[in-house]
Amino acid sequence: MKNHMEQAIYNLIKKASASIPEDVGNALNSALDMERNRGNVPAADRIEQMIENIRLAGLKQRPLCQDTGIPNFFVELPLGTPRSPFETAAKAAVAEATANGLLRPNSVCPITGKNTGDNLGPGTPAFHWNETDNREIRVQLLLKGGGSENVGAQYSLPNTELNAERSLDGAAKCVLDAVKRAGGKGCPPYIVSVCLGGDRAGGYAAAKNNFLREIGERSTIPELANLERGLLAQINALGIGPMGLGGATTALDVFATALNRLPASYFVTVSLMCWSFRRAKICF
Amino acid sequence: MIFSGTRLSAPLSEGRVRLLELGETVLVSGVIHTARDMAHARMAEASPRDLPFSISGGVVYHCGPIISNTGGRWEVVAAGPTTSTRTDSYVPSVLEKHGPRAFIGKGGLGPASLEAFAKFGCVYLSAVGGCAQLLAEAIKSVEDVFYLEEFGVPEAVWRLDVEDFPAVVTMDSKGNTLH
Repeated sequence: MKNHMEQAIYNLIKKASASIPEDVGNALNSALDMERNRGNVPAADRIEQMIENIRLAGLKQRPLCQDTGIPNFFVELPLGTPRSPFETAAKAAVAEATANGLLRPNSVCPITGKNTGDNLGPGTPAFHWNETDNREIRVQLLLKGGGSENVGAQYSLPNTELNAERSLDGAAKCVLDAVKRAGGKGCPPYIVSVCLGGDRAGGYAAAKNNFLREIGERSTIPELANLERGLLAQINALGIGPMGLGGATTALDVFATALNRLPASYFVTVSLMCWSFRRAKICF
Repeated sequence: MIFSGTRLSAPLSEGRVRLLELGETVLVSGVIHTARDMAHARMAEASPRDLPFSISGGVVYHCGPIISNTGGRWEVVAAGPTTSTRTDSYVPSVLEKHGPRAFIGKGGLGPASLEAFAKFGCVYLSAVGGCAQLLAEAIKSVEDVFYLEEFGVPEAVWRLDVEDFPAVVTMDSKGNTLH
């Protein structure tokens, strides 16, 4: 018998897998109008299929994309709350959602090649814990498929190949390079995230954390908000387009963040999210 | 959603695929096989008689679906294309040994595969990534499955019966590519 928390997490998984957040849906609708107005028929057709897919997934309450990634739980706990009840309930909900076809079995041992079949194993699902002053437990779930995860990249500045110095301008060159290299492989239009600074692990974590933001939500740091706006225009000028087959919609938004760095290091970490930007949240 | 395009019925002849043009929208019907990295590695090594299925003249779909089993019956839950790049190094050998006429995927394949397409007569068809429900609508039934125990659900080879599966020719058999 499922307890209340397990049922709520199961519902959260279902919501994340079968529906797209409103801000993402709106951004795709705007992109469709824009591509149509420009007469980019193939690009508009591809976005139209994406929008139709969202409608069908909602209707059938089935996964938008068969690649449901590694479920990433971002959990905010009130001070002193133990983690284990949530962790136990989340694992049970993940296994059940997998058995019911809401998540694909995506947990594979790199040594034996064996798929555990239930999405449980070392590192899966992934938990990101935070203690807060809130009195409730707040959970956000992110499903990010392998296509977009594979095209993420980390740069160490200066980078002579890109002629990128240790500056915001240098960081922007890295982001453009990562998007160009990704091309159509990670299912554009992308939501592009970049973290300036940090160490290698921290950069990737912070870049992924940016995906909890909503489309259109600018950084509170003016320099980064400018960087976001400038990069969005530059990325959409690349012409990669929906699924990499041409068009003016290569990214729906760009999110930037920064962590202080070591004097000796300047990492720029880029994470790309596919158009099927699946996130959902609940509070207990 | 109603799609229009050139109707293709698998298995396909060399002559038919050589007529396909870059950018042409197609609707694929008939039996197709899913295959990802592990299945391609196996096909690239094996001779046709060592495979439990045949893809001669067939269509290979780069896809790792979600498929449920209720009461012994397989049902496709979600089945969009996966990134084809990971199969790129195997594609020329698979073509030479097994003679498929089309690959469906996303992201395209590289120069060696494009050259093999021209040599053996094969095309690459792009489906819209992430459209797992839209594309599952075109899958009528699961006919069989191979290597399920060994590879797991996403990597197993699923034999599917499809009807009017929508895709676009993005690599032809004349050395042209949109990727």
